[in-house]
Amino acid sequence: MARSHDLDINRREVILAGAATAVASSLPGGAEAQPAALPGASGPSHATVSLTVNGVIREIEVDTRTTLLDLLRENLQLTGTKKGCDHGQCGACTVIVDGRRINSCLSLALMHEGQSITTIEGLGTPDQLHPMQAAFVTHDGYQCGYCTPGQICSAVAVLAEVKADIPSHVTDDLTAPIALTEAEIRERMSGNICRCGAYSNIVEAIVEVAGRRA
Amino acid sequence: MKPFTYERALTPAAAAGAAAATPGARFIAGGTNLLDLMKLQIETPAHLIDVNGLGLDRIEATDDGGLRIGALVRNTDLAADARVRRDYPVLSRALLAGASAQLRNKATTAGNLLQRTRCPYFYDPAQACNKRAPGSGCAALGGYSRQLAVIGVSEACIATHPSDMAVAMRALDAVVETVQPTGTTRKIAIADFHRLPGDTPHIETALEPGELISAVTLPKPVGGRQVYRKVRDRASYAFALVSVAALVQEDGTGRIALGGVAHKPWRVEAAEAELPRGAKAVTERLLAGAKPTPDNAFKVTLVERTLGAVLADGRN
Repeated sequence: MARSHDLDINRREVILAGAATAVASSLPGGAEAQPAALPGASGPSHATVSLTVNGVIREIEVDTRTTLLDLLRENLQLTGTKKGCDHGQCGACTVIVDGRRINSCLSLALMHEGQSITTIEGLGTPDQLHPMQAAFVTHDGYQCGYCTPGQICSAVAVLAEVKADIPSHVTDDLTAPIALTEAEIRERMSGNICRCGAYSNIVEAIVEVAGRRA
Repeated sequence: MKPFTYERALTPAAAAGAAAATPGARFIAGGTNLLDLMKLQIETPAHLIDVNGLGLDRIEATDDGGLRIGALVRNTDLAADARVRRDYPVLSRALLAGASAQLRNKATTAGNLLQRTRCPYFYDPAQACNKRAPGSGCAALGGYSRQLAVIGVSEACIATHPSDMAVAMRALDAVVETVQPTGTTRKIAIADFHRLPGDTPHIETALEPGELISAVTLPKPVGGRQVYRKVRDRASYAFALVSVAALVQEDGTGRIALGGVAHKPWRVEAAEAELPRGAKAVTERLLAGAKPTPDNAFKVTLVERTLGAVLADGRN
């Protein structure tokens, strides 16, 4: 206990130190006259964020550097969302925030105050799969499975985006209703990489769910 | 990432004021480029000012028949806006040609304008880069330069600006509106917004310290056939080798802007007078004085061919 108490004291001092720096630098002429503080010289900074994850309200204190992806995996142990490249290139970390898919690796947890996050764990359960999860199983839309949670979150969002009349690079006519062709699905899923190359089966799974909806 | 302090700004002027007053501060909106660079410690802000709550997320008609696009309008929303699809389709097409849906859902209008180059030497801290570390040299000169700029280059930098959106905005004569730390506002023509590298490639835009983009305005629609054609190494989700934004009128006049070839969206108004004489004549004017490297000399030919294809489309 003594140890965590010490940590708390340190944390408080760090935040105060950060505040003092900000005040000093806002004095007249401060921005030019003062040497810029060494980035990060004041040590880690913490803050609290409140958000809803898969229907559950969470309030968590995080290091300001914590990405939404790390919050999900490390703080909430929701390890369904995967860390692939951690740079927004592979799509393995795709989650749905307030109805929109994003790369959770390229977002700070603190930027999601009051927002609602849906991860693969929130879409369905092993006993009650989401239709997209079931279709991926039916069509073998994966091999190793590492990209699959991101693929499924993305695929669910693709259908919502088409329903919301959001065009894509391959949409022929920007002013006509969008038809969900295979070319549309492939283009819209291009932010999700599958190293195993299960793409054709992924497309089949999405086509099946889209057809069932229509 | 290096540690940083974080605040949420409540008004545009307060955000600009905080940025000017806090050493090492940066604005964060979508974060899709800044956080990527922070993870690599290419960007090391000591303080982040979250501007997502500023309410600059609307697209509104202007009094002169144009559109005012809030700085925080997401790329997806701008591309999908019915007025943009109808009156400025080149902008929708350019946005949809960029990044992935996940990134477009988050990336903002202002952030897209301010995104940094994808030059591999900028991204590799072990390499010399005048943009990342002023005065350290340019490893791209004499390095692997296939993706890099062919015109407007300097001895200090041959990086390209990676945006598709900005190329369309250049063709549309967009205007960038800003708020300065004093609270005053100003307007910057898109032509003057991005800078050529010269000997200060780390200074990329006309923005002053702390200055915040509040909106981008488009003049009233000029019609014509509008095309954005992007040539890249993959069919999707890749940066341009060359891109062409074109507005071609029935009388054969038009506007042409290029992406993937320079440190800024590349447009030479005088070259547009050559449009009746075809792609070769236009390209000769557009790229007069080009200094390609052996790796990227193909881009000069590629511009001519891409423009040729665009003009052929435009005559359909």
